[in-house]
Amino acid sequence: MKYPLLALLASGATHGYELKQNFESRFGPVWPALNIGQVYTTLQRLERDGLIRGLEDDPESRRVRNVFEVTEAGRIALHEWLLESEPGPRLRDEFLKVMLAGLANLADPLDLLERQRLVFLRELRDLNDLALRPENASQVIQLLIEGATLHVEADLKWLDRCEDRLREGLPL
Amino acid sequence: MTTLLRTHALTRSFSGDGEVRALRGVDIEIDRGEFIAIMGPSGCGKSTLLHLLAGLDSPTSGEVYLDGRRVDQLGEGDWARIRRKQIGYMFQAFNLVSNMTAADNIELPALLAGVSGSDARKRRIALMEQLHISDRASLPPSRMSGGQQQRVALARAMINEPDVLIADEPTGNLDSQSTKEVLAIFRERHQRGQTIVLVTHDSNVASAADRVIRMRDGVLTGESRLDDRAPLNVRTAGLIASGA
Repeated sequence: MKYPLLALLASGATHGYELKQNFESRFGPVWPALNIGQVYTTLQRLERDGLIRGLEDDPESRRVRNVFEVTEAGRIALHEWLLESEPGPRLRDEFLKVMLAGLANLADPLDLLERQRLVFLRELRDLNDLALRPENASQVIQLLIEGATLHVEADLKWLDRCEDRLREGLPL
Repeated sequence: MTTLLRTHALTRSFSGDGEVRALRGVDIEIDRGEFIAIMGPSGCGKSTLLHLLAGLDSPTSGEVYLDGRRVDQLGEGDWARIRRKQIGYMFQAFNLVSNMTAADNIELPALLAGVSGSDARKRRIALMEQLHISDRASLPPSRMSGGQQQRVALARAMINEPDVLIADEPTGNLDSQSTKEVLAIFRERHQRGQTIVLVTHDSNVASAADRVIRMRDGVLTGESRLDDRAPLNVRTAGLIASGA
């Protein structure tokens, strides 16, 4: 969460709670709600690393709020983050389960495929429900939902490929 | 729940350059009000199954029951009557009459079924409103988008208030926006109690169904129940056997 929060802060100095709200208004439908404690911990680390700094509280206001802004070092770190590509593994945990179930006769791989297919189909249905809700009508949210949908569709196709192979009598 | 459509040991073979066994024994039961999606690779027999359910083709062996009545041995005339009253069929390629307006295309099956002109018109206007195509009433199909044509085809299939709506790849020729629109309409009809059986390649479309049935080489190979009526059916055979 470090860089996404830093990027949001770069659009304007703010405090932790508003940052959480800002994040959730953008990604709420496709991302679990942020834990406010996690947001504050992340902000502390970012401050410790010199990527953000706290602003003086407005002396007119009685409320104590920790308003943060991104430092020059923070902008450089963001720039590096944006340009960095992430070649990490594209394996989902479910893929490993399907591939390894047949070893040591842990479970029937076809049954696991069937179960996983149901999970993915229900995810698709949930995404469709999300897309139809009036509060998610903004095109940006629709785009996020579509991104998630395309991934689940690809996962379902992969299950079909696995089944093709199993039905030909070949092991995974 | 009452069973609306049922098949028993249904087979269909095509002879020609060697025998092609398109269906090799299909047993399926579809409840009234259920929404079923059938998926499977090209050539797995899913369109053949739809044709047999709608009486557009005859089985080589086996039985088809519609609302408790055996229908697989009926003649073309009886089937034509059934398709007018009890089955609404949608084709992938819309199959609209090109030199008739959208309104006339939709009203035609009602008039053929003996509904009066004024009643057919009333039904047609209501359907076009529900499907958001009222402003297309006087246009020919050629002047409508694919999504609009498919909605006209859907209205035509619905005008006689069929017991079951059968659709072969209803979004196969549509772009993603039109697919979303047509899918939303299927969901809405289903919520109103319409029984729907469709064949699709699109898992996103299938995910709107209560049950997704998969076919392969002329037989049913699996089903996913998306409604919450049944628990997950997983046999972790090895684990249970070795733990016991």
